[in-house]
Amino acid sequence: MAEAVATNQTILVVGGGISGLTAALEAAECGKDVILIEKNPSLGGRISQLYKYFPKLCHPSCGLEINLRRIKGNRNVRVMTLTEVAAVSGDTGDYTVTLRRSPRYVNEKCTACGACAEAVEAEFPDEFHYGMKSRKGAYLPFNMAYPQRYVLDPRILGSEDADKARAACPMDAIDLDMQEKSLEIKVGAIVWATGWRPYDANKIQPYGYDRFPNVITNVEFERMLDPFGPTGGKILRPSDGKEAKDIAFIQCAGSRDKNHLKHCSRICCMASLKQATYVREQYGDEGRSSIYYIDIRAIDRIDNFFARVKADETVSFIKSKVASITEDKATGNPVLHGVDTEGYHRYSNPHELVVLAIGMEPSVGADAFPVEVVLDDNGFVQADEANGAIFAAGCTADALDVNRAVQNATASALRAIQVINRVAASEAVSGAEG
Amino acid sequence: MSDMSNAVVEKYHNDFLKEVEAHVEEGEWVKMCMQCGVCAGSCPLGPHWAHPPQEIFMMIRAGKREEVLSSDAMWMCTSCYNCIVRCPRGLPITHIMHGLAHYAHRLGLAPEKQPTRVFAKLFWDNITKTGRANELKMGLSLYFKDGFGNGIKEAMKNKALGQAMMKTKRLNPMEILGGHGVKDKSGLHAMLAKAREIEDAKLEQGK
Repeated sequence: MAEAVATNQTILVVGGGISGLTAALEAAECGKDVILIEKNPSLGGRISQLYKYFPKLCHPSCGLEINLRRIKGNRNVRVMTLTEVAAVSGDTGDYTVTLRRSPRYVNEKCTACGACAEAVEAEFPDEFHYGMKSRKGAYLPFNMAYPQRYVLDPRILGSEDADKARAACPMDAIDLDMQEKSLEIKVGAIVWATGWRPYDANKIQPYGYDRFPNVITNVEFERMLDPFGPTGGKILRPSDGKEAKDIAFIQCAGSRDKNHLKHCSRICCMASLKQATYVREQYGDEGRSSIYYIDIRAIDRIDNFFARVKADETVSFIKSKVASITEDKATGNPVLHGVDTEGYHRYSNPHELVVLAIGMEPSVGADAFPVEVVLDDNGFVQADEANGAIFAAGCTADALDVNRAVQNATASALRAIQVINRVAASEAVSGAEG
Repeated sequence: MSDMSNAVVEKYHNDFLKEVEAHVEEGEWVKMCMQCGVCAGSCPLGPHWAHPPQEIFMMIRAGKREEVLSSDAMWMCTSCYNCIVRCPRGLPITHIMHGLAHYAHRLGLAPEKQPTRVFAKLFWDNITKTGRANELKMGLSLYFKDGFGNGIKEAMKNKALGQAMMKTKRLNPMEILGGHGVKDKSGLHAMLAKAREIEDAKLEQGK
C-alpha cells in the first residue's frame, strides 16, 4: 500500500510505542508525510502493558486512546504493523529502506468478532502478559489493539486449527496464503523509536528469579493489576495463588551494576513507589510495602510523589541493596538477606512476594541495528552527526520515563522535519531552475 | 602508637582516606564505594566479624583511623572473592581488605592476638627463613602458639594424622633440623631487607 507514495520527503518512524506514536503524530500534524512501522501486530508498545502512570496515577489507556484517535484522523500518517526494517542505505534526505512485512493471515475484512479464537484450540504464552497467561493461536493482541484486527499465530499454520479458524470466520477475513513481503521505500529522514525491554532477571543469579516462583519483576507486577490480566487485577502469589499483602521491592535490580546494566534505568524508583500505591489501593492499612534501595532517585517535581509515599505508614524504606534471596520452603516466602547502610544491621527478612525493580535496556541490541549508528556504552543511540538523518526517539536514545520519552520524541520529530524542509527547499530550487 | 604511625598521622592531618589511598594496596578504590551493602551481605563470614567491608570503607572516609586499623575485620577475610564478583562498582574488595591488614600490621596497630594474624606472622617467619615452607615447623609452631602445655595437647590430638603423613612421605621428620631451602639464603634475606627498606622509606616520606 505504501510502495508508490513514499518519497524523499517522507519520514519513516520505526516503532509504534509511545515515542514512535508521538514522533509520527507531531510530524504528521505539521503536514509531513509519515510512515509508521511496528514489528508487533498492534501499536501501543510497553505503555499498553502498564496499569497506571506515575506521578498522576492515571491510566495509560486514556492517553493511548487519544493518540490512536489522532492516528485515525490524520491522513498524513500511514501505519504498517508486523513490519520491520531489513536494510537501510543512502544518506540524509535520500534513504532507501527495505521493509520486511510478516503475514497476519487476517485481512482488513476482520471485524474483531472473535469467532476464530473460539474455534482454535492451540494455546501459547501471551506475550502481552509476559507469558503469565496463555492466549489462543488466533488472537487480538490486547483489548485496545490497533488495528482492531485478529492475528493468526504462524505456529498454527498447516494444522487443523488454521482450517478451523478460517471456517469459523463469518467475514471471510482469514487468508492462509499470505506471504512475507519485502518492499523498498524512499524516505528523507528516519526516526528510530524501537524502545526498551526489561533486563533479563535470570541473569541476576543471587535473586533467584529463575528458582523462586514468588520472585517476580515489576513489569509482571504491573500486569497483575490489570483487571483483564492474568490474576484479574489481584495481587496473587504465583506459587499458591494466595493474596500477597507483604511485598518487598528491590531497587537497582540489574541497573547501576558493572555486572549487568551500568546505567541508571531512571524509571524503577518511581515505578516501585507507584506500585507501593497499588498495594495500598488494594489492601488499605493491611498492606505492607518494603522498598530496598541504594538511593531513591525521584527528582524535581516527582519528589512530591516520593514524599507522599514516604508519609504512608504501610510503606517502609530499607537503605540496602539486597545481597541474596533464599526461599522458606514451608511458606514459599522469599527471604531477603543483606546488611543495611543505616547502622549496618544484618537482616534476613521474609516477605510474601518480591518484586524486582528491573532496569531497562535498548530493545535492539548493539549488533542488531540494520544500519550503522553511534551508540554509547550502554547501547543507546547517541545524537551524532555521523548518524545523518537517523534520529533516536524515546528509550532508543536513553533510559527515560514516558514523560521524557514523549519530549524526546517530539524533539526528534522536529529534527526530522528540518531535514525534510531542506530537501523540499532544494527540490523547489532545482525545479525552478529546470 | 609507633613512631612510624605518628609520622603518617602528622603528614595527613587526620585525612585518613588520603592516607589509605597513598599507602594501602588498591586503597584508591575506597572512595568509589556507594554503600549499597552487597559485599557485607554476600560475605560468608559476615556475621562473625566486627565491621563488614562496606562499614570499613565508610569508617575510612569518616577518619576513624584507630578503629579501622585495629579492627579484626580485615583479618577475617578468607579470600573467597564473593564480594569482588558481586560489587556493582567492581571494587577489588578482597585486595583492599588484605592491603588494610598489611598496612595495620606494618604500623603495629593490628590486633595482637587475632588468630589469622598470628598464623600469618608464623607463616611469614617460617617461609622467609629458608625461602621454602617448612611444614613440620609450621605445624609445630601453630601447636605451641598458646604455650607449652597446650602445644603438647594439640600435638597428641593430631598424632595419628602426623604419623600417617610421615608414612606416606607427606611430612619429613628430618625437617626439624633446619629443613630444605633455596640455594642463596643470604641473597634472599638481603632482597627482603632491601624491599622492606624501600617500603619503609616510602611510608616515612609519605610516598
